[in-house]
Amino acid sequence: MKRIYLDHAATTPMRSEVVEAMWPYFREKFGNASTLYFDGQEAKGAIDTGREKVASVINATPSEIVFTSGGTESDNFAISGVAWANQKRGNHIITTSIEHHAVLNICKFLEKRGFEVTYLPVDGQGFVDPADVRNAIRKNTILISIMHANNEVGTIEPIEEIGTIAKEKGVYFHTDGVQTFGHLPIDITRLHVDLLSASAHKLYGPKGVGALYIRNGVKIVPFLYGGDQENKRRASTENVAGIVGFGKAAELALNEMEEEIKRLILLRDKLIKEILEKIKYTRLNGHPTKRLPGNVNISVEFVEGESMLLQLDMKGICASSGSACTSSILEPSHVLTAMGIPAEVAHGSLRLTLGRDNTTEDINYFLEVLPVIVERLRAMSPLSLKKRLP
Amino acid sequence: MYSEMVMDHFSNPRNVGEIEDADGVGVAGNPVCGDVMKITIKVDHEGETIKDIKFKTFGCGAAIATSSMVTEMVKGKALTLEEAMKITNKTVAEALDGLPPIKMHCSNLAADALHAAIEDYLQKKGDQRTLK
Repeated sequence: MKRIYLDHAATTPMRSEVVEAMWPYFREKFGNASTLYFDGQEAKGAIDTGREKVASVINATPSEIVFTSGGTESDNFAISGVAWANQKRGNHIITTSIEHHAVLNICKFLEKRGFEVTYLPVDGQGFVDPADVRNAIRKNTILISIMHANNEVGTIEPIEEIGTIAKEKGVYFHTDGVQTFGHLPIDITRLHVDLLSASAHKLYGPKGVGALYIRNGVKIVPFLYGGDQENKRRASTENVAGIVGFGKAAELALNEMEEEIKRLILLRDKLIKEILEKIKYTRLNGHPTKRLPGNVNISVEFVEGESMLLQLDMKGICASSGSACTSSILEPSHVLTAMGIPAEVAHGSLRLTLGRDNTTEDINYFLEVLPVIVERLRAMSPLSLKKRLP
Repeated sequence: MYSEMVMDHFSNPRNVGEIEDADGVGVAGNPVCGDVMKITIKVDHEGETIKDIKFKTFGCGAAIATSSMVTEMVKGKALTLEEAMKITNKTVAEALDGLPPIKMHCSNLAADALHAAIEDYLQKKGDQRTLK
């Protein structure tokens, strides 16, 4: 059975061009980039090229890009690195209630170490209000961290407006760009962003490598201590093959971005429209258009998310859900909860994230399969319009 | 994640539905928490054995499988009410060849819903017995 992958926000398959670019760096060109002989310098050159390619995606200078092990490390590095470096100036951080756990959990850790964190609310569609950001800034605020777009509901935040406020108030501004790097046009100068996190495996690159853009002049301490790699900002022997792959993936993504955005939006909107039409008592979570080009998040009433995912899996379809049953802590998605979506509606949520390999045929197949699954599960369910409580 | 037995009960659940003139109705869980199970039973008034049993469940794979299994453990076995009350979350989970630890609470609900249905029957009858 052909597998249809609709979970690109979780991870993506590597493109063949990326694998090809990486291959020599596993065996023939295996050198450590910090060594002075030819093989080491060759590796160093490959890293420099990768750095240029990654920098181009966001209009940064290459020296402002630090390679990390992924989005999580980049987020941790940005937030704790700025926090510790600027502690004497202040101890207040502003973020939102819908950030990825790589941001939320480092903030929670810092709260136990003398920092104060404000978690801004979002509206029913997942938007942060720039006015709330402005009002939250105090004399001792040293960092604002707000994600560019949310991984669950796709909501694209008003980063340019927030960046302008941060700049005006002299507060560093970090954005978690893990879902947008290579997917949406980003110009860090226009957005007034000081730090930006990116992850290779979200754009058809390898897992285990990411980047943190750090504007020249930002006061930050390293997250990893040891050797002098990455201009003494991030110790560790470089993941050369990973960086080469990341660079190649970034280059391809930048070249194809405009077309891919258009293509995905058509598929996404078709999927949203037809699910809402074909299946009663469904609702879209998030904003209809100010959302990531490939993101669909829909709640289906009276059925639970994990049981939908299992049924979809049996039909060869990969998707995800904000249901408590699919989380390791048995609570519904913190994003949907922050948006004011009731638990029982969050439990019935389905997230579909489209990518390069998805076609109209995939969408059509999904649209044939889902209504049947929902009907089956609804027939088994004690909940219905008349019986919202059984 | 799930055993073959669990997946079988999930894909081919037994005894789905709602008995219309049920003698006992039991509900466990709630939609806020993400699992709701409703069990309806028909009781043979003479021998006080369970004649028929059906379930409806809103919940994950384990929730559906445990509800289905609990009905299979009861249906057609002419269990007395006491015997049925002895079915526990552990026995349901074992019958399913085990559940991931994080899903054990689902098996709690299946046994609870069955017990609630039996207690409902006794209450409707005006029977003061507790069979726990």
